[in-house]
Amino acid sequence: MSKFKNKKKGKELPPISTASLPDIVFMLLCFFMVVTKMRDSDIKVRTKLPQISELRKIENKSLNSFIFIGPPSSQYQELMGTAPRIQLNDAFAKPTDIMQFASARRVEVPPAKHNEMTVSMKVDGEVKMGLVTDVKTELRKANMRRLLYIANKKSDK
Amino acid sequence: MSKRKIPEINAGSMADIAFLLLVFFLVTTTIQSDAGLFQQLPQWVEDTEQDPKPKNERNVLQAIVTSSNQLILKMGNDGSQLNYEIDNLKERCIDFLTNNDRNQNWSEKMTKAVILIQNDNGTSYETYLRVMNQIQAAYNTIWEQASKEKHGISYEALNEDQKLEIREAFPKVVSEAEATKFGKDK
Repeated sequence: MSKFKNKKKGKELPPISTASLPDIVFMLLCFFMVVTKMRDSDIKVRTKLPQISELRKIENKSLNSFIFIGPPSSQYQELMGTAPRIQLNDAFAKPTDIMQFASARRVEVPPAKHNEMTVSMKVDGEVKMGLVTDVKTELRKANMRRLLYIANKKSDK
Repeated sequence: MSKRKIPEINAGSMADIAFLLLVFFLVTTTIQSDAGLFQQLPQWVEDTEQDPKPKNERNVLQAIVTSSNQLILKMGNDGSQLNYEIDNLKERCIDFLTNNDRNQNWSEKMTKAVILIQNDNGTSYETYLRVMNQIQAAYNTIWEQASKEKHGISYEALNEDQKLEIREAFPKVVSEAEATKFGKDK
């Protein structure tokens, strides 16, 4: 037994090495970098999404375009008021701008894929349907008819 | 030459640096929710001379959402039920769609059944989406059941052709009437 004993008598346990701690944290960091995504467009409207249970994933992200509808976030309220607004790409827009938005998207996508294009709407739960219906009508006119109402997953009761 | 030992570099602060980076990424990124409820919009027709009172009245389930976010449910030839609980809509839809002539007031068979939604300009988006969600849930349940009976596996596990086959046997026909304009729309 004495073989294993430390030569210096009375010494306490050696300090725990923290050298592997950075590795662990870096691993966490990498994990978060992989599962999250940088905000690609500056979202200027508040979209507190409703919670529903029947969700479907966006099938092809390159064929998808986003429309945001909601009240302007606090730093824009002075300029734009608090009534819900539509945001296309990086700017506030009117429902009538959607036609142009749609045709701009159509140019970016190869013609063979045109009927697979989707529009995802991120709409704040408190927005009235009047505005949403206007947007839907414009989308129908622009022949972008595959629509996805983005929402959060509702946990089952 | 004296053999001096190189002192070990203290790696204790490395963890702090990494944590700082971690926090930075947590703040600047978002876990994007990229799932939602799908809807295929109907083709745009200029001249909206459409109100062809679809088919037989008993085959139509009407869900009307008012500007005060209440649901009015009318199943086939039954009378309207005011202020219906939205969370129960799924079960009612399933009952109605899979009626198969049992109840004389409800749909004859699934291929003839239609669900008609009408909302008001003042309806909140959340309420509307909850109603749409319930209806989608009803169809998903029916498809799931059909798939279990026919193939013995979940609908999600089927291949595209099999899914299409089931969707054709139990077609989803949801039409949306033009919104009423009683409530304020902004």
